[in-house]
Amino acid sequence: MENLPLLVPLVIFVPALGAIINFFFGARLGEKWSGYIGCFASILAFIVSLLLLTYVTGTDGGAAVVNPPFFDGWLRIESIDLEIAWQMRVDSLSVTMMLVVTGVGSLIHLYARGYMHGDKWYPRFFAYLNMFLAFMLVLVTANNFLMLFVGWEGVGLCSFLLIGFWWDKKAPEGWKNSNAARKAFIVNRIGDFGLLMAMFLIFWTFGTLDFFKAGELPNTEAKYLVGWREHNGLLEHGADKDGKTEKESADEGDHGDDGHGAKYECVPADAKMHSEDHISDEYGDDGHGKSNPLAKDIRAIYCDNHRFDTELLGVFGQTTERFGQGEMVDFGGFQIAFEDVIFLIALFMLLGVTGKSAQIPLFIWLPDAMAGPTPVSALIHAATMVTAGVYLMVRSNVFLWELNHAGYVLGLIITLVGAGTALVAGFIALGQWDIKRVLAYSTISQLGFMLAAVGIGAHVAAMFHLVTHAVFKALLFLGSGSVIHGVEHGHHHAHDRGHGDHHDNDFDPQDMRNMGGLRKRMPITYITYLVGTLGLAGIFPFAGFWSKDEILADAWFEGFELNETSGFIAFGLLLAAAAFTAFYMWRQVVLVFFDDARSEAAERAPESSGAMLLPLLILAIFTCIIGLINVPKATPIFDGIYHPYEFKYFLEHSLVSVSRGHTLDFNLLIAGVALALGIVSIVVAHRVYKGKGLASDKRDQLETSAPTRGLFRLANGRLYWDEFYTAVIESPFNRLAGFLADRVDWEFLHDYFHDRIIKRGFDTIGDLLSRPIDLGIVDGAVNGVGIFVQRAASWMRRSQTGYVRLYAVVLFVGVVVVILFMLIPFIQALLQSGA
Amino acid sequence: MDVTGLSLTTITLFLPLIGLAILAFMNGETQKGNLKWVAFVTSLLTFVASVVMWINFDPSSSELQMVQRNTWAEVSLGESVINVSYFVGVDGISMLLVLLTTFIMPISILGSFGSHIFEERGREKLYYIFLMLLEWSMIGVFVVHDLIIFYVFWEVTLVPMYFLIGIWGAEERIYAAVKFFLYTMAGSILMLIAILYVGNRSGTFSTYSAGGDVGVIEMVQNFDGEGTYWDALGPDGEGEDGGFLLDSVESFLFLGFLVAFAIKVPIFPFHSWLPDAHVQAPTAGSVILAGVLLKMGTYGIVRFNLNLFPEATVAWAPTIAFLGVVGIIYGAWVSYAQDNVKKLVAYSSVSHLGFVVLGIFALNSQGLQGATLQMVNHGISTGGLFLIVGMLYERWHTKEMADYGGIWKVMPLFGAISLVISLSSMGLPGLNGFIGEFTILLGSLGSDYLGFAFTLFGTLGVILAAVYLLKMFQHVFMGELKKPLADEAGYKLTWYEKAAYIPIIIMIFWMGLQPIVFFNLLDVSVDSIVAMFVR
Repeated sequence: MENLPLLVPLVIFVPALGAIINFFFGARLGEKWSGYIGCFASILAFIVSLLLLTYVTGTDGGAAVVNPPFFDGWLRIESIDLEIAWQMRVDSLSVTMMLVVTGVGSLIHLYARGYMHGDKWYPRFFAYLNMFLAFMLVLVTANNFLMLFVGWEGVGLCSFLLIGFWWDKKAPEGWKNSNAARKAFIVNRIGDFGLLMAMFLIFWTFGTLDFFKAGELPNTEAKYLVGWREHNGLLEHGADKDGKTEKESADEGDHGDDGHGAKYECVPADAKMHSEDHISDEYGDDGHGKSNPLAKDIRAIYCDNHRFDTELLGVFGQTTERFGQGEMVDFGGFQIAFEDVIFLIALFMLLGVTGKSAQIPLFIWLPDAMAGPTPVSALIHAATMVTAGVYLMVRSNVFLWELNHAGYVLGLIITLVGAGTALVAGFIALGQWDIKRVLAYSTISQLGFMLAAVGIGAHVAAMFHLVTHAVFKALLFLGSGSVIHGVEHGHHHAHDRGHGDHHDNDFDPQDMRNMGGLRKRMPITYITYLVGTLGLAGIFPFAGFWSKDEILADAWFEGFELNETSGFIAFGLLLAAAAFTAFYMWRQVVLVFFDDARSEAAERAPESSGAMLLPLLILAIFTCIIGLINVPKATPIFDGIYHPYEFKYFLEHSLVSVSRGHTLDFNLLIAGVALALGIVSIVVAHRVYKGKGLASDKRDQLETSAPTRGLFRLANGRLYWDEFYTAVIESPFNRLAGFLADRVDWEFLHDYFHDRIIKRGFDTIGDLLSRPIDLGIVDGAVNGVGIFVQRAASWMRRSQTGYVRLYAVVLFVGVVVVILFMLIPFIQALLQSGA
Repeated sequence: MDVTGLSLTTITLFLPLIGLAILAFMNGETQKGNLKWVAFVTSLLTFVASVVMWINFDPSSSELQMVQRNTWAEVSLGESVINVSYFVGVDGISMLLVLLTTFIMPISILGSFGSHIFEERGREKLYYIFLMLLEWSMIGVFVVHDLIIFYVFWEVTLVPMYFLIGIWGAEERIYAAVKFFLYTMAGSILMLIAILYVGNRSGTFSTYSAGGDVGVIEMVQNFDGEGTYWDALGPDGEGEDGGFLLDSVESFLFLGFLVAFAIKVPIFPFHSWLPDAHVQAPTAGSVILAGVLLKMGTYGIVRFNLNLFPEATVAWAPTIAFLGVVGIIYGAWVSYAQDNVKKLVAYSSVSHLGFVVLGIFALNSQGLQGATLQMVNHGISTGGLFLIVGMLYERWHTKEMADYGGIWKVMPLFGAISLVISLSSMGLPGLNGFIGEFTILLGSLGSDYLGFAFTLFGTLGVILAAVYLLKMFQHVFMGELKKPLADEAGYKLTWYEKAAYIPIIIMIFWMGLQPIVFFNLLDVSVDSIVAMFVR
């Protein structure tokens, strides 16, 4: 058990090996074995992740730091104590991410065996997929920012390769694919710029880039470790509700239910701690670990972080110790207050997050990224890579916590970005025709939910939504892949038999206008897609209900109870976005699966193969049950049959903010409102689209009536966001590039400056210096150069005549003469000393 | 190892001349097939010799190692006696750059193996003689510690490169060659004057102390009079005051050296010779030019400007670092606008070396070590990019991006190699380019002499690198194949092409994943320089 974390290098190594095998031998192995190797590598990584899970749940706050074999150290400059190592960490947060990545990843690998069947670059595809897994696991297992950054850019590279996977298709589609790939890479690079800046600041502030040092506990304030509770036989309700007010019960009472009592048993001077606990855990000032005496004592029990000096702690440990001490950070050339540096770091990090997690202002790459094969969209652009930004934010929860409680507006900014993106993307999704594009905007919108949750400090809710979203969005994407696959095959069938009117070049198997009625043709795809839709729309009891509700409840609490602006904003915008979500998803379901087929291709679409349907079914099952990992306390019915907040307590020993924050009861009102809103939206969408299909000219139903026409067109035009960027950023950038290259560099510096200054200058200096003034070797030497230069300059003027070689020889001789001339005094001296 | 009484440095330095001598006695017509082999084997032996040097090198010592010093001449000038000596030896920085030189040479010779240029221009023998001469002089620049001899080597590098461009270059080769020569000479004149002043002032041309003779660096560092070493006896004798920048001897000496080096690097705005030289040069010429020659400039700044003129370095640091940052962004931006593949890569050098300049003038360990490593990284990745362009040109006879497209489809291995090298050049973490850039930018933020804006704008260059390199990669390797070759066999990589890439790819990964080896080599040497600038 104790040695299990030593396995963690395997989760990277195995997929990397799979990628290498498929790269070099894939063509020889053939489709079958190439697919096996890809899937096997992924599944093996999943098994290792499961083993690591047992380690974390089975140990007290099992956080481990592992140095992989063969890679001792990385960036090390001894004289200045710069030490950045290849170092991996196993804690509940990284294990959660590992499980999501390898679990969903394995299913998508299995699916891809069917989806990519017959593609000529099948082995290369699996090599890329495995390479992606390897980099993604580098990202989530990293114990320092730089290693995280390796994964961060590595997955970006894989994303580039996989978006552009079909770059060799016929023009213009192939070119469009490679453009989308390039766009994704560059937009992500803008975000990476932010992350790089954040890292530079972090290094000079903390002297390290490590999250936590070996032996350091991520959360010294953790009270409810799963393993610890088990150990003390306190898994079941050990009520401890003594003296709690109604108000407190919201954040404190449920703790009591779950092991509150146990906590005091281990702490000496029980009663004293108890009372201080209540005082310090009031809403107002429970924010600071330092002001919380309980935290100090708990630290003494669980962890011996105190044996470290502050500067020997990792980045987050140091933040806890140093924040609010009025310290100035010295950057050599300038000084900034410690708190301001952290704020700056967090802002730069946010820029990185908006790139990777496709948020305003950098979300524009993700819809285009749908050019890649559908398994890629599911794995990279829905379930895993795009959530890396949320992961980074949650990992940095100490920064956010300290800043938010010191009056910085960071939380507000993050909330605005997240909730704003959720709303904007949700709106745009209402007006899209491409089945994958709807899902792409939906993904952006859901990522906005997560980020908004981060903004209001609900880090667990963000992670919870990340997990559930990974499951049901992967399901939806794979389902859409199944649909596209079917329609494509249907199109081929129709074509083969010479029926109907095909527009071979125009036919778009992803356009929902060409679908309809697939419910009967593809029943399993339909059922699973329906489950995914309900999950995403947040309908009870599917996954999205639990996670979305938790975000909304936290937002409500933050706003209406704590009076934080960010809470109001998040609650309002996210509620609207949730309504959009249900609407556009139901619109999609109706357009794709209900009514009659609108094209011959859809009429003949066959159900997909078993290899593709099996992952759909598994994901559908998980969509039904995954929400139960974090059921709120006091939920009717579920309260008795399942441990409340299992996931939250699991994450607690990685996240300081959990220990310091509030834990809410199930809020029937909010759950009811959210659920009602989702159902109403679905009903409205059903009434708008069901049985009517498309309006004339293949227009959307919303486009036919005056009040909604403008809005639909706005959504359909994607708010003209891309056009705006093109006009404001891209075109000026290109024009300026042209101006710099042609005018400034070539015409001015290269031609004019050369002719006027350099060449003429040479002539002049040559004239001046060639006048014989005998002042010793200085002038002698320079004189020689001058003569030479004159010769070279005049030679250059005549160089057009063509006797190139002759001139070249003259020049060569000239150089030799100059050098000899310079050396004459020394040679003389040498001869003299020899004689 | 000192069997012959010659130090390893001397042996490494003169090996290329032996190859040159052998080539000179061969018959260019009857032994045509053997010429390249003689050159290749010689460069390989030189590489082996430099690796032996590396093995014998003790990274924990800040002293010059494998030193050989023979006083060559003592010149009486009035009352003072000036020493000129054959003085070679290596510290960590020199060692790394010697290794870079000897590493790039065999690769660029392999790159010339199948070149069509000889069918057109002939004179294969002369070509390889010049390559040998070039290798000799480049190693010389990196190992010599006597200013006069340094100057000689510095100038000698011009000659073979001039002819490589002038004889085997593309259409406008003469213009480019002359321009290359004139620009470099313009800077060199100033440097020569500065060198002579230094020698006159201190009575020796040796920069380092050896064998009881005190070198200039030690004199400068141990000077404890009024003002600075250079200004104490200067015309105004004022030393450091408000007008230091343009009112002190040290400042002028500093600029005398700097301009020579800045043109070589090239630091913006002295770069306008570079696109001509690169575009017109034959493949091997471009590879060596980008791989090694440009590093002579940055090496010179580190070795001479920083060591000899510390006060002026401090005074000028923000200005030069600013030019470095301008170069990063300007070079990248202009590079993006190019339609000619080779020109695009050429301008990318301006951007990459801007990073090096920024790192040097951060004047701390991170910056300087990063800068030195970035010199090597740039040599490897940009050298690799020029090889790629050369191989494309050999097959398609065009440098216009618009004529390419879809190469990856017909040459999958070549496409993958090019992708890796492009990614290395744009600084993907895990590959070599990133290590240098990251360390430099890290250094620039914590520098005592620079500010936040330097780091901010420098880091913007990371975005732009992706912008121009992906443009190149997409236009050349992706999309539809525009010009299929008449002969399908041309799509296969020859053995010598593969052999040229293998070491490059190995180095890209090695330096990216385990840069420790190289940092260790540099650590102590850089530290002794940085020690002068610790506030």
